[in-house]
Amino acid sequence: MRGLLIWGAVLALMAVPVAYAAASPLLSYRGGAYIVGGFAGIFCLALMVLQPLLAAGYLPGAGGPRGRLWHRWLGGMLTAGVVLHVAGLYVTSPPDTLDALLLVSPTPFSVYGVAAMWAVLLTALLAGLRRRIGLRPRLWQQVHAVLALVIAVSTVVHAVQIQGAMEPVTKWGLCLTVLAATGAALLDLRVLKPLRRWRDRRDTRPGRA
Amino acid sequence: MTVPFYNRRAFLISAGLAGAALVHAPGQALAAGLAPTRSMRGGSNNYRPGAPLVDNLGRGFFVRGKVLRAGDGAPLDNLRIQIWAATVLGGEREPRNHGSVLTRADGSFELEMEQIVPNFGQPHAHLAYDDGRFKTVFLRPVMPSAKDTAVSADFVLQPA
Repeated sequence: MRGLLIWGAVLALMAVPVAYAAASPLLSYRGGAYIVGGFAGIFCLALMVLQPLLAAGYLPGAGGPRGRLWHRWLGGMLTAGVVLHVAGLYVTSPPDTLDALLLVSPTPFSVYGVAAMWAVLLTALLAGLRRRIGLRPRLWQQVHAVLALVIAVSTVVHAVQIQGAMEPVTKWGLCLTVLAATGAALLDLRVLKPLRRWRDRRDTRPGRA
Repeated sequence: MTVPFYNRRAFLISAGLAGAALVHAPGQALAAGLAPTRSMRGGSNNYRPGAPLVDNLGRGFFVRGKVLRAGDGAPLDNLRIQIWAATVLGGEREPRNHGSVLTRADGSFELEMEQIVPNFGQPHAHLAYDDGRFKTVFLRPVMPSAKDTAVSADFVLQPA
């Protein structure tokens, strides 16, 4: 029962902003590629609520190894979503998209979107190759944490400045949820847990009370 | 007391040179008067040269501005300004969203079109002067609010 409530609340936090965006009058003035590209971005933003919760095992029935497996699948989906987002915008307006990718766009939010894109692509690359290139697990965890923080913060700065299909209040709600989920998971996994581990090790060391 | 190498002539020459430099360096713009408008970032995006002269591109939204000559600021009449934007009719590449107007005797121009809607994150218009007599300029004014029903952009053109 409690599990159902938690899942319901999380899915509602994700779904309501998407539903508001789907009802935007702007969509009727836009072509298919623009709508697909835009919503790829919106879906990615919504999925970024789940991603840290799965990594930290906060969701009932999706803890531990299962949560991390889903986290990996969702990571793949996010990467595909970013590619679809950029591709849809490129088909809609090649010069605007190239300006953004080359960091010469007049819109102040583009550079944050591009930063998040590179961080997502680098994360996907490292996640896929880390064993082959011999990346140590502890180092991978730290790199992944930094990249995840970059992705969450830049995506939010990107999204809140855009006047588009998303309704402002629900967009802010979704963005704050993403930041809260990412912040909580990172604090838990990369600050508190290592701290506890370090304290346990210190306390169990022989010769210490 | 005599100070070597310092006399009235030296003073006049150095003061004159310094004065000339003062007038000349930052004064380049002063002497030239009104400075030419520079093209804006992304201004030429989705430009399709040769937008047809139109009475209007729809109703309810106005793109306005003034075209002046660099230097003396004289109004330039009968110049073609090309205008395009994403509106309720479609995106910036929609042909119905492209049109041109000629400037009046006082250098002003106005094009009525359909409501401009946010495109690629900002509600904005595109304007171009690209007819050769003066140097080409592309403008991309952003509307303070997507609810605005007008946007304006001025050109100061310099001879090509």
